[in-house]
Amino acid sequence: MLLIPCPWCGPRAESEFACGGEAGIVRPGAPDAVSDAEWADYLFMRTNHRGLHREQWWHAHGCRRWFIVRRDTVTCRIDGVEKMGSAGAAP
Amino acid sequence: MTQPARLRHGGRINRDRPVAFTFNGRQYLGCEGDTLASALLANGVHMVARSWKYHRPRGIVGAGAEEPNAIVQLGEGSRTVPNARATQVEIHEGLIARSVNCWPGLEFDLLSLNGLFSRLLPAGFYYKTFMWPKSFWRHYEHFIRKAAGLGEAPTERDPDYYEKFNAHCDVLVAGAGPAGLTAALAAARSGARVIIADEQSEPGGSLLHARESIDGLPAVSWLRRTLAELAAIPDVRVLARSTVFGYHDHNFLAIAERLTDHLAEDRRRGPRERIWRVRAKQVILATGACERPLVFTNNDRPGVMLASAISIYTRRYAVRTGNNAVIFTNNDSAYATVLDLLDAGVRVAAVVDAREQPRGPHLEAARQRGINLMAGSAIVDVRGRRRVQAAVVASLGADANGLRGNDTTVVDCDLIGVSGGHSPVVHLYAQSGGRPLFDEGLAAFVPGPAVQTQRSVGGCRGSFALADCLREGYEAGTAAARETGHDAAATLPPGPGTLERHDYTLRPLWRVPDPPGHARGARQFLDLQNDVSASDVLLAAREGYHSVEHVKRYTALGFGTDQGKLGNINGLAILAQALGQDIAATGTTTFRPNYTPVTFGAIAGRDLGDLFEPIRLTALHAWHVEHGAEFENVGQWKRPWYYPKPGESMHEAVRRECHAARNAVAMMDASTLGKIDIQGPDAAEFLNRVYTNNWHTLKVGQCRYGLMLREDGMVMDDGVTSRLGENHFYMTTTTGGAARVYAWLERWLQTEWPELKVYLTSVTDHWATIAVVGPRSREVMKGVCGDIDFGAASFPFMSFRDGTVAEVAARVARISFSGELAYEVSVPADYARHVWKALMAAGAPHGITPYGTEAMHVLRAEKGYIIVGQDTDGSLTPQDLGMEWIVSKTKDFIGRRSFARADTARPDRKQLVGLQSADPALVLPEGGQIVDRPQWTAPVQTTGHVTSSYFSDALGRPIALAVLQSGRSRIGQTIYVTLGDGRVAPATITHPVFLDREGKRQHG
Repeated sequence: MLLIPCPWCGPRAESEFACGGEAGIVRPGAPDAVSDAEWADYLFMRTNHRGLHREQWWHAHGCRRWFIVRRDTVTCRIDGVEKMGSAGAAP
Repeated sequence: MTQPARLRHGGRINRDRPVAFTFNGRQYLGCEGDTLASALLANGVHMVARSWKYHRPRGIVGAGAEEPNAIVQLGEGSRTVPNARATQVEIHEGLIARSVNCWPGLEFDLLSLNGLFSRLLPAGFYYKTFMWPKSFWRHYEHFIRKAAGLGEAPTERDPDYYEKFNAHCDVLVAGAGPAGLTAALAAARSGARVIIADEQSEPGGSLLHARESIDGLPAVSWLRRTLAELAAIPDVRVLARSTVFGYHDHNFLAIAERLTDHLAEDRRRGPRERIWRVRAKQVILATGACERPLVFTNNDRPGVMLASAISIYTRRYAVRTGNNAVIFTNNDSAYATVLDLLDAGVRVAAVVDAREQPRGPHLEAARQRGINLMAGSAIVDVRGRRRVQAAVVASLGADANGLRGNDTTVVDCDLIGVSGGHSPVVHLYAQSGGRPLFDEGLAAFVPGPAVQTQRSVGGCRGSFALADCLREGYEAGTAAARETGHDAAATLPPGPGTLERHDYTLRPLWRVPDPPGHARGARQFLDLQNDVSASDVLLAAREGYHSVEHVKRYTALGFGTDQGKLGNINGLAILAQALGQDIAATGTTTFRPNYTPVTFGAIAGRDLGDLFEPIRLTALHAWHVEHGAEFENVGQWKRPWYYPKPGESMHEAVRRECHAARNAVAMMDASTLGKIDIQGPDAAEFLNRVYTNNWHTLKVGQCRYGLMLREDGMVMDDGVTSRLGENHFYMTTTTGGAARVYAWLERWLQTEWPELKVYLTSVTDHWATIAVVGPRSREVMKGVCGDIDFGAASFPFMSFRDGTVAEVAARVARISFSGELAYEVSVPADYARHVWKALMAAGAPHGITPYGTEAMHVLRAEKGYIIVGQDTDGSLTPQDLGMEWIVSKTKDFIGRRSFARADTARPDRKQLVGLQSADPALVLPEGGQIVDRPQWTAPVQTTGHVTSSYFSDALGRPIALAVLQSGRSRIGQTIYVTLGDGRVAPATITHPVFLDREGKRQHG
């Protein structure tokens, strides 16, 4: 069970959180301007990255804030966390 | 004392405390401190099981978790435990145990005929024979299950309870042998918070039978002193009977502590087992090593044991495991067993050593006692069936793959101790994410680099000498404590004194050559529990199985309850040899949690029955109970389902409730609806984005129905939202969707639209909501509320008013989920019962009738109102539901873009329709699949299914809703609903609104 450093509450057990999957998925600003394929890519396609991965987590049984965790998908080592909207970070 | 094989002196058992127990229906006596295995051996019982495929007699092999044969069913009735290892079961007064793997009995076993036909049962036999033809499996299965033996799960409710502890520590030590103890000692002396857990009944590991002295003290005396020191240090917790069975991410480890199973039943108090969930800053693995058997013909006969197990039984349990022993080894450690046997007065007929020039300190000590050493030799066969009678010894060739000539020597004996080297117990290391590496010198897999903050010390690291174990443990404990901020290295007293060290000299011997004239590898057993022999692995290799994981599954090697702790390494070495590659390249199978089996009771803990999931009750629950409601589970809520009067059936009660709602007045507890308070200057814009319709146009005081979609365009929730103020809204959601919707809205606000100034608060439990429904509802409301004008024009449909209901400040909304004139009264939950009773009293002259969820369903289905999650399944768009009217064409919202996707715009999508059964008495089954023709043969393409189906009191006939391909263009056609028993029921496709399609009643 991961020990996740919530940027608001500090380290807490994984069972308090829910994972929201890959971070940085950008919703097209003008949905009608993108093709069906581009829209499908936004909707369904994820990288399933091996190695360091930015992903959204939600402290569901805690402060209920969403934030971003940089986690190695091989070792589960957590490299760091980012608050939503922190400088230069895509959600 | 009637224990014929009990030694007169020594051991850690209490001869003054005899313990009576039953094994396979016979009474025996053991001593306090015995395991079931040691007590049986003390009674001269070696043969304890039959193997599962050939049903060969099998004896006790080991003394710990690795035991493959002595698998027993403990106790009877509700407390019975299947598949316990007799080597780990402590006996207690009244213990009842029986072998799990013999049918009909141990002494007379019908299935041992399998042994005579063993050539018919090679690796893959089950796949090759029983899986074809497929339909025959059910005929074979019964027989195979019985033949496979293994234990029986209890069928009665477990009378005991189990609990879980969460714990944190600086240093967790797994294993309290010499390495683990010195690690704990150093960490504790440094001031770290320490937990040390050991699976045995008492800490000490190999010290409990060691010959060596430490710091001038016998090992057990040093052990006693060390435990006393640990006990005196605060923040040190020593757990016995506690198996560290799982090592998970981020140093999260799980420990199963067995609290009462070792006690007689009348002495058991408190929880039976406890699961410790430990988050450790540092982990030290000191799980020791497991002796490895040697693979020779008939190596499975009762009386063939691990040499180390013989030492344990002799020195710790004071048991004479035989009278005339032969030891077969490829390393020095087994000579300690020779000394132990000689000390106990057991004759050692011969020591067969695979090494050409054996050496080592134990060997030198044994040589001085006078032994018959047969160097460069191997046991190639065993005589005797139910007990070893003789060993057949031959000279090994130079490369150990063949024999030197055909000469053999027969050595009579009743006990054969084997040592093929040691396998470090790397299970927890591997579970932590590490990859074990093959060490050629040790001929064993040892831990590779640590993946987590973890260290392996002692036997599990491949350091088998006691001196190395003590030193490594102490160093690791010191270092681990330092990394948790407890640096005391400079002031620590020195660890235990140094011992003479020696090299671990071993001649790898994975498979002893076959005796002259024997088939290759037959009856050379690798996995005793699953009857996998060397010939099975060789066959698998010949048939093209090259991956160790495939060979495991093909041969069942390591599939037993022991998970191959003994035999896997020999099996993969033989595979490597057969494939002409080295062992490192062959690799190991995966070491998965749990290290040893954990009971379901312990895993479940207290999360059972009423504590399995929260139960949510509305503020009116007691009233519903008092008035005879039957309840329905909706999510975690208990909701009144219907209120039967005495003698009334459900059907009659629901008809009565519906009748009141359509013809007079009825009321229901709607408090479980999800409620979200939404505030902020961007609240209207936010609703505009999450709902399909327009929210900027909603005026304060008005309510509006909304449909919420996922981004893929599919309906996920619906509900009515009221505008309480310019920047203040009050949203309701479905009962089951409340948490999901709240989370969904928060996610969009936090991750996608942080610029919106909107604040959400869940207020589901704050408000009780009562629906007052029916043509007389206005009269009832007037009777309890004097400060709201209930005129049809002044308080129109889809608006709300604040007022005073039964002297309680209330919000009254004119909304309807039944199609009738209706009001929803919301009051703070604490006042719910008072207001409910006032409404009941005011409604009494009008015949007000409480109704439950079933009547609610009927009423809404008559109107064609969907229930998200019942009539929808996450694959329906608003258009599929005929709800285009609520989809804005002038703004963007979540899911809108997906309407244009090819699949979403497909013309033959399933659409919501009504169904009218041709049989006026038949309520179509919900979930019934729809076919287009009355006659068909499976497989057939179904075109839809029934989603809701009830008997309608208002219409006097059954109604149903369904989703059906291209359904709306097929209204008037006949389809057929499958009834699940082969029959079909014809039904006509109709419009989904059955009653008052113009909506006159709710606007009345």
